[in-house]
Amino acid sequence: MKIAVLTKAIPSYESSIRVDSSGSWIDESVVNFVVNESDSYALEEALQIKEKLNDDTEVVVVIMGNENNTSKVLKDGLAKGADRGIFINNENIDTDPLSIAKLFSENLKEESFDLIFSGLQSDDLGSGQTGVLIGELLGMSTATLGIETKMEDGNIKVKRELESGWFQWVTLPFPASISIQSGINEPRYPSLKGIMGAKRKDVKSLNISSSGDNKQKFIELFIPKTEKVTERITGDVDSIVARMLDILKNTLKVI
Amino acid sequence: MILVVLENQRGNIHAFSKEAVVAGQQLSEKLGLDLSILCLGENASSLREQASDYSAKNLILAQHDLINSYSADGYSKALAQVISELSPKYVLMGHSYMVRDFLPRVSAKLDIPFVSDIITVDYNSDSPIFSRQVFNAKLATKVEATSDTVLLSFQSAAFSSDGMQIGGSENQSDFSVNLEASDIKSQSEAEFQESASGVDLTTAELIVSVGRGIESQDNLPLVESLASAMGAEIASSRPVVDMGWLPPYRQIGSSGQAVSPKLYLSVGISGAIQHVVGMKGSKTIMAINKDEDAPIFEIADYAVIGDLMEIVPKLTEEIQK
Ligand SMILES: Cc1cc2nc3c(=O)[nH]c(=O)nc-3n(C[C@H](O)[C@H](O)[C@H](O)COP(=O)(O)OP(=O)(O)OC[C@H]3O[C@@H](n4cnc5c(N)ncnc54)[C@H](O)[C@@H]3O)c2cc1C
Ligand SMILES: Nc1ncnc2c1ncn2[C@@H]1O[C@H](COP(=O)(O)O)[C@@H](O)[C@H]1O
Repeated sequence: MKIAVLTKAIPSYESSIRVDSSGSWIDESVVNFVVNESDSYALEEALQIKEKLNDDTEVVVVIMGNENNTSKVLKDGLAKGADRGIFINNENIDTDPLSIAKLFSENLKEESFDLIFSGLQSDDLGSGQTGVLIGELLGMSTATLGIETKMEDGNIKVKRELESGWFQWVTLPFPASISIQSGINEPRYPSLKGIMGAKRKDVKSLNISSSGDNKQKFIELFIPKTEKVTERITGDVDSIVARMLDILKNTLKVI
Repeated sequence: MILVVLENQRGNIHAFSKEAVVAGQQLSEKLGLDLSILCLGENASSLREQASDYSAKNLILAQHDLINSYSADGYSKALAQVISELSPKYVLMGHSYMVRDFLPRVSAKLDIPFVSDIITVDYNSDSPIFSRQVFNAKLATKVEATSDTVLLSFQSAAFSSDGMQIGGSENQSDFSVNLEASDIKSQSEAEFQESASGVDLTTAELIVSVGRGIESQDNLPLVESLASAMGAEIASSRPVVDMGWLPPYRQIGSSGQAVSPKLYLSVGISGAIQHVVGMKGSKTIMAINKDEDAPIFEIADYAVIGDLMEIVPKLTEEIQK
């Protein structure tokens, strides 16, 4: 079986996110790029399937972006145990999920993956669409928010998370594109041996010719407005704690 | 035409769908386009009855044996047929888990854009401009979509269903969907709930809720001591549960519990929408975060800007005195 895992490089949560001079993207020079959270769960799920099947199953990490932002995430995927990588070199800042999905499907079509795993949502764009779009474009069956998977009778069964504590099992024939919800497993850390071995693994670099026609685009990033009147409590620890105590005791009367 | 598609949630119109109808009524008025409401698939005739007093031009029913229960295959194909036939300018739904599951398929089938998880719509230009949250709610973006038909989904509470215009629809019609058994590739089983266990946080008066800012399980006693000093229940964001530091029944948010205590003290939580939907009903929100721009501060009454590792132990000590 051939499994692709889409792992995106996104700004770490500690990074400072500032709008750049174009107004429609962020200043990437001050950002530390890490793997998107649900994608690391997707990779772990693929690696566990490979280990369980214990055959010639291949796990391929796929990443799109510019080299600078993505190389560490790609290496990390290989160090954790993916067999090889595909790097789709895209210097453009694409924000339209449909054109992003077209770039993926055009570049992955020839590989004929049996399974494509992705995260349910990227932390930067937050479209929550890419895996499903690729599935439709490549004629695969699709499911989202996978919180457990099982191989059964030549199909894959996925437990989908629904709203407010409900779940549902769906059985999908191959090929299938499935987005994974965080918490499905315990993502591993790369071992020292894995890190050494990653250097010898094959990475195919693909260059895209153009970024396609964008049917939706970001025209202006902005800092969201506050909805409430908020008291900001700052200063040294002692004065912060003193003010908090005063509020808890005297204003809210909860202690 | 503006087309709003209603979603069935265990027999009733999904709350998000009602909000989408309100968004649709507003778009219809501002753009001077007729509003149609589509009851699709599962439980559609009952949905049509429930929607009979929603003010709209048309109320359309699209049913077929093969979509009597939800599947991404069936729903995407059926909705694509409706859109191809009726050519609506905008197709609106709530940003539910079902919409995440099948609406991108319609976007790819018809090669039309899907602007997902919209928080506001602005009309001060030729075409409406949609705003969405990006970078985990730290920023928002204005999005422009160019296409004859655009798919839209709205974040929960972006529109309030209190604003619903009542009055009924002028026309009712049936749309005939064409599906074959071979179109449905995936098989869905019945929806189920995991046996509820643990603590019911919905009745808690005081909640101390911890997020990834706690950094490791070893630091968890810091917040546990604070909670016990205050007589509060402990809760958390999703990553803390995902990492196994606290049990699932402590999770607050769209896939956890929704709470409305007298005080919600959030510690090291950024304020992503999926968390916020579970706690924004709290009477008072106090949040500790070292990032002065953390999105949680947008809904907080008290924004405590500082390092939780220093503030929490000191606060606990003072309360215990
Ligand atoms: C479909 C879906 C469903 C989801 N369901 C849920 C759900 O039910 N519940 C939920 O919570 N999430 C849910 N999520 C995930 C959600 O999007 C966020 O990823 C999550 O809420 C982030 O958790 P967090 O705030 O703890 O972590 P982060 O976003 O990583 O934030 C950590 C915060 O801690 C602060 N911090 C770090 N160190 C310190 C320090 N020393 N002192 C003070 N502050 C510090 C940082 O500034 C940061 O703001 C869901 C996501 C999706 C897509
Ligand atoms: N540039 C990218 N590189 C690798 N994976 C991506 C990229 N963009 C999107 N994905 C995958 O698609 C998922 C959903 O992204 P989105 O539709 O942007 O929310 C992510 O969690 C990734 O698994």
